[in-house]
Amino acid sequence: MAKIWVDDKWYEVGADQSLLEACLELGFDLPYFCWHPALGSVGACRQCAVKQYRDEKDTRGRLVMSCMTPASEGARISIKDADAASFRAGVVEGLMQNHPHDCPVCDEGGECHLQDMTVMTGHNYRQTTYPKRTFRNQNLGPLINHEMNRCIQCYRCVRYYREYAGGRDLDAFASRNQVFFGRHQEGTLQNEFAGNLVEICPTGVFTDKTLKKHYTRKWDLQMAPSVCVHCGLGCNTTAAERYGSLRRILNRYNGHVNGYFLCDRGRFGYEFVRGEQRIKQTLARQDGKLKPLPKAKAIEQLGRVLPGNQKVIGIGSPRASLEANFALRTLVGPERFFSGMSDQGSHLVSLMEEILRQGPARTPSLSEIEISDAVLVLGEDVTNVAPRIALALRQSVRQQPMEFTDKLKIPRWLDHAVREAIQDVKGPLFIAAPSATRLDDAATATYRAAPDDLARLGFAIAHALDPQAPDVPDLAAGARSLAEQIAAALKSAKRPLVISGPSSSSAAVIEAAANVARGLAKAGQAVGLAFTMPEANSLGANLMGGGDLSAAFKAVEEGRADTVIILENDLYLKAPAAAVDRFLDAARHVIAIDYLSTPTVAKSELALPAGAFAESDGTLVSSEGRAQRFFQAYIPKDDIQQSWRWLIEMMRAAGRSEAESWSTLDDVIAALAQGISALAKITEAAPSAKFRKLGEKIARAPNRYSGRTSMLANINVSEPKPPDDPDSALAFSMEGYQEHPPPSLTPFFWAPGWNSIQSLNKFQSEIKGPLRGGDPGVRLIEPPETANGSFFSSVPKPFAARPEEWLLVPLYHIFGSEELSRQAPAVAELAPKPYLAVNSEDAAHLQVQAGDQIEVNLAGTAHRLPVAIHPDLPKGIAGFPAGVVSLEGTGLLAWSKLSRL
Amino acid sequence: MLSVIRTLWNVFLHTFQPRETIQYPEEKPNLPPRHKGRIILSRDPDGGERCVACHLCAVACPVDCIALQATEDENGRRYPEFFRINFSRCIFCGYCEEACPTYAIQLTPDFEMGEFNRQNMVYEKEHLLISGEGKYPGYNFWKVAGVKIGGKDKGEAENEAAPVDVHSLMP
Repeated sequence: MAKIWVDDKWYEVGADQSLLEACLELGFDLPYFCWHPALGSVGACRQCAVKQYRDEKDTRGRLVMSCMTPASEGARISIKDADAASFRAGVVEGLMQNHPHDCPVCDEGGECHLQDMTVMTGHNYRQTTYPKRTFRNQNLGPLINHEMNRCIQCYRCVRYYREYAGGRDLDAFASRNQVFFGRHQEGTLQNEFAGNLVEICPTGVFTDKTLKKHYTRKWDLQMAPSVCVHCGLGCNTTAAERYGSLRRILNRYNGHVNGYFLCDRGRFGYEFVRGEQRIKQTLARQDGKLKPLPKAKAIEQLGRVLPGNQKVIGIGSPRASLEANFALRTLVGPERFFSGMSDQGSHLVSLMEEILRQGPARTPSLSEIEISDAVLVLGEDVTNVAPRIALALRQSVRQQPMEFTDKLKIPRWLDHAVREAIQDVKGPLFIAAPSATRLDDAATATYRAAPDDLARLGFAIAHALDPQAPDVPDLAAGARSLAEQIAAALKSAKRPLVISGPSSSSAAVIEAAANVARGLAKAGQAVGLAFTMPEANSLGANLMGGGDLSAAFKAVEEGRADTVIILENDLYLKAPAAAVDRFLDAARHVIAIDYLSTPTVAKSELALPAGAFAESDGTLVSSEGRAQRFFQAYIPKDDIQQSWRWLIEMMRAAGRSEAESWSTLDDVIAALAQGISALAKITEAAPSAKFRKLGEKIARAPNRYSGRTSMLANINVSEPKPPDDPDSALAFSMEGYQEHPPPSLTPFFWAPGWNSIQSLNKFQSEIKGPLRGGDPGVRLIEPPETANGSFFSSVPKPFAARPEEWLLVPLYHIFGSEELSRQAPAVAELAPKPYLAVNSEDAAHLQVQAGDQIEVNLAGTAHRLPVAIHPDLPKGIAGFPAGVVSLEGTGLLAWSKLSRL
Repeated sequence: MLSVIRTLWNVFLHTFQPRETIQYPEEKPNLPPRHKGRIILSRDPDGGERCVACHLCAVACPVDCIALQATEDENGRRYPEFFRINFSRCIFCGYCEEACPTYAIQLTPDFEMGEFNRQNMVYEKEHLLISGEGKYPGYNFWKVAGVKIGGKDKGEAENEAAPVDVHSLMP
């Protein structure tokens, strides 16, 4: 702690901070542009000038940039000083000279940091009469809009894009007052985290292109805290609605999880909610086709099928909330409930859960991944599977070099001084994956091999760490020395981390990762073990229990069941198409609850439209084991309602007694916490619906929400009462508590004078630290203090390429591999075309060239795919884009013959 | 006594004064152009819609009786997809006109808006849009704003320099 004087009053501030951070943390309004909490200080914009005095006798003082000056013990500054204030106003005036007169048509308007800072400094009239400088814009792809005239040259975009996110294709061009930020030529921004430019840019140069298509100002959006559903990491988001449709997704800061940034899949994948594939009406099969049926009739139909029916089974879903899964489980009974994961997926997720629960290591949060100082990624392409981890790993490689700059006494927030001192030195990051990953440029060493060989490398590392771990016989010399190198790097680290997951479809890879972690833990190191999860609630679904899909198929096959309720799940993505067909045909009644019109829905007898994430309340368990609540941003139209509400109606139709006592989300959560001990803590994930602040519910809409008395006036001039929300402490209105709701219930960040996302500073207990009141979410899984259990010992045999067969491995793509986001038009545009990848040697052997058609025979079905040559793939392996090519259901890691057409 | 007689005399003289009372509705009042009555949306000198759907009128409205949705034409010119005023809620305060950065929304001296059915007080864009410039002739927002739209490239707005050649490092 340091004691500083601000305008003749003293304050205690945290040590190792700049004056700017200290002032913002104390709640002062001090304008800034180039500083960003995650990017540190560079002193480029000169906007945060304050006057600093030598001691109490000094009356003249001198202007300093507060972002470049440490908040050292005894520092005396003045923010109000007339010289400093006029200096700051002058800087804004200079920046505004060339700012175009286009706020009314700018998407940033109303949440613009430049607007806020201009108002804060008091500048309001352009006195210069020189012509304004102009630039031509570039088309930067379907996600981001570029309007270069608005730029104020703060350099945040290139600092974020190149230095923080590791992008290469955005840069500053030209010179003096003509600096242009863009690509060397038009084209889609290549970095997977480019969407954050929307929030990084203090003005409207980079804006959300998907929002532009249905533009709404921030003050007009009704918002709710939500959780991203496009991978297992559970990044916190804000879902925003206007006129009954979802308008955009914004990052919602969570100091333990996503911090300031999201990936582009999470930010732009939301448009599936608005898509054509949505089911909005209750559909029933009539004359062989699914046709709309009034909801009441559908309930009647359920009343004929369900009561007294002893042959009902329920298939849950790893992408549905815990509450929806639990309602289904209660409806059908625990022994007739199936988790809805593929056989392989269920097996791997159970294995990972078991490892996390028993030890050897604790699963780190994303913010802990960021500060790891030696990392091994085993069998995962994290950029494409759990993208936000990749951004965290780009920061982790700076940890070891920054110990050197600490010795030089360079504060870590002094960003460019630190980067100059570090140069290109990177800390240890080892990536072992079947093919090249987007993170390879940050890696110390990479290893590309078939899943079995990846596992063998992992086992060898564990053996090198701890001789008690099983040895790997016949390991190639190269792999052996790499294993020793990795073991040495992990051993000498303070916070080593092992990342693995189910993407290689190999239990051995996961076991090998666990062995490495155990080896480190036994040596007394504070090791982290992070697993990626295939879907948003995979871990939650696994904690809920229930058999895998084969067991469900068997139940129908053996006649133990004839009625199937499928919750938010497309079975064709989880099992071979033929098996699913057999299963659905054999069942007498198939009832599907889903928001998308999937092939499974198309085969059902009754399809009930469910609310997507922004239209539902519920809890998801992230891959960290963190249970997080998400809330409805709006009440959906037509027949759409939340899955668990459908299930309560089904329970009522089936004459189940629980239905009477379950009327709100809290009732379901209470029953769930009581019924499943592993999930008992989810009640703490957010306050209950009874929560009130100053006697009020929390407003979902900002104070200046407009159009209340006219948005529905075209339907009826007498405006309706705002809908009630019995399920949460949030209100569908701007009336309610606005200031500082508990973090898990904060629908948006706004503070007086701070309309942009930078208002976040006012919600944190310390800059870059946790939100005031603690970061949202509650961890469900903590390993025991002393890890018990022993090393896994089944080391697989080395991978052997077969003469005329290839091992098919899924290659993941951030855009296209995930089921929901690929329905969003902007994401679909960036998804790869179908391909089958082989390496050059195999291509020569098959006598094919890139683009030639090739036939894959799998389980009796032939798939024709164009060939792509991936020189980095190991020999004997063929890769296909997961999700884009639907070989998925046919069992992963299959061997197939390939034939040239 | 004298003052009473003087007062009676003054009152008597008023009999011969011109009348202040207007015989509305037979006779129409002469209201100044700045009278705050029925709201209209005007057009710019080229005949295009002036409204750029910035939402400032809606947010300024104290009774929240304006609702609109922004959209863009193929050349990037922004305009309201729909624009609705619920006149049964409007208090004719004129804040919308003050907030409008393009002079699009204006209050006019027309106040004869009575309806038997309240639903008829809801005006959509086709009821609001007039064919002229209204009270503020000559202003065209797009000629000032630094964005490119159909018929106006970068650097062609008022007091704008030609676009920078980003391949040049020459001062």
